[in-house]
Amino acid sequence: MTDTSTAAERPTEGVVKELARDDVERKKFLRMAGKTMGSGAAATALGAFIAACGSSSSSSSSSSSSATTSAASSSAATSSGSNNSSGDLAIVNYALTLEYLEAQFYDKVIKSGLFSGTNLSVIKTFGSEEHEHVTALHKVAMSLGTPAAKPKGKFPLKDAASVTKLAATVENLGAAAYLGQAGNIKSKEILAAALAIHTVEARHAATLNLLLKLSPTPDGAFAKPMSMAEVLKVVKPFIA
Amino acid sequence: MTHTDIASPELAAVEVHGVTRASFILRGAMTAGAVYGAAAVGPYVGNALGASGSGDIDILNFALTLEYLETDFYKVKGKAVGLSGQARSLATMFGDEEGQHVDALTKAIKAAGGMPAKKPKFVFPVTDQASFLKLAYVLENTGVGAYNGAGPSLSNPQYLAAAGSIVQVEARHAASIGLLTNQSVTPNGGFDKPLTKAQVLAKAGPLIKG
Repeated sequence: MTDTSTAAERPTEGVVKELARDDVERKKFLRMAGKTMGSGAAATALGAFIAACGSSSSSSSSSSSSATTSAASSSAATSSGSNNSSGDLAIVNYALTLEYLEAQFYDKVIKSGLFSGTNLSVIKTFGSEEHEHVTALHKVAMSLGTPAAKPKGKFPLKDAASVTKLAATVENLGAAAYLGQAGNIKSKEILAAALAIHTVEARHAATLNLLLKLSPTPDGAFAKPMSMAEVLKVVKPFIA
Repeated sequence: MTHTDIASPELAAVEVHGVTRASFILRGAMTAGAVYGAAAVGPYVGNALGASGSGDIDILNFALTLEYLETDFYKVKGKAVGLSGQARSLATMFGDEEGQHVDALTKAIKAAGGMPAKKPKFVFPVTDQASFLKLAYVLENTGVGAYNGAGPSLSNPQYLAAAGSIVQVEARHAASIGLLTNQSVTPNGGFDKPLTKAQVLAKAGPLIKG
């Protein structure tokens, strides 16, 4: 694993700068949209996450929009601009929550002492990359409204084999979660950031799969997306 | 897995605004219908045509050319070089998956009323397993950057979802080759870098011989 943190920060900084360059009125508007949402689910963003995921809706497009409708029930009456920004905030906060959990997971695995040598350095690299995702998504969420609160994760850390399996599950889930939202993101800057993160989750997933002697491409030639509801089902047991 | 996530009429109605075509020239894309089976193509092609910018077929064809290149590399060059061990099994699997990308893109271009690009001739400066894997690493990482660079420019969200599905597989290939050859599985760190068409051509162009 090489340390490429300096180069790694550039793309997202670019995205964040681009966001910051948005004209003032639009920024105000985004903030207002965020605050409207804040009175509901976004104030406790994990609440938003769970509210979004808990909806029985089967399509990711409607479950993501339910994150906003559960918070601001009058969304049908709001302009499309408001829908766009609040929808993006819900997606960014969803991603942020997942990244918080991934980062915490790797922190705990590193502390567990279960790994050494090459595998430990792989885990350290992945952990630090998840922390970079948290930082970047937090910045983006701030620019849109209220960032998700940090959830408290709980992970069974018994032995190296089961932890590696769990890591692979988490990373494959993360990749599918990003893919499931790609078509729902309205801002092309946020989309660019999500795509840049999506393929890193995929790289992590493939690496862990190979370490477990599993296929690096478990879905074959076309990776499958997962909706928020599907992701939550898997993630819920790991939220304390 | 809910494929309706992508093939939903609601999603088809979503517009991606403010595309700066010049800034993201290469846009790899295809229809969701092509990804998820021929049966799904019909209803969505109309939407795709309605929502697409005029450049979309050109972009599909650029992506197709890159996928031709990868397929040829694994299937033809991999065979000629004579790979062994995990290199052989991965190259066989990846060649098959790139071939599926070619088929899907070809179908998508035809379904959209376009003319699929012809397969060019390729020359790979590769003589043995080590040089094969070295180039594989470059090609797969270039593929990731190409699709990520294209993604935000896609005017049709169905194409975006499909391109996302393909790029995730390219990323998985890239990491696998990295792990096999003791190179970084995440050469760009936490954020994969999007590539422009010029950057993609700098890597792939010399391999295309008409």
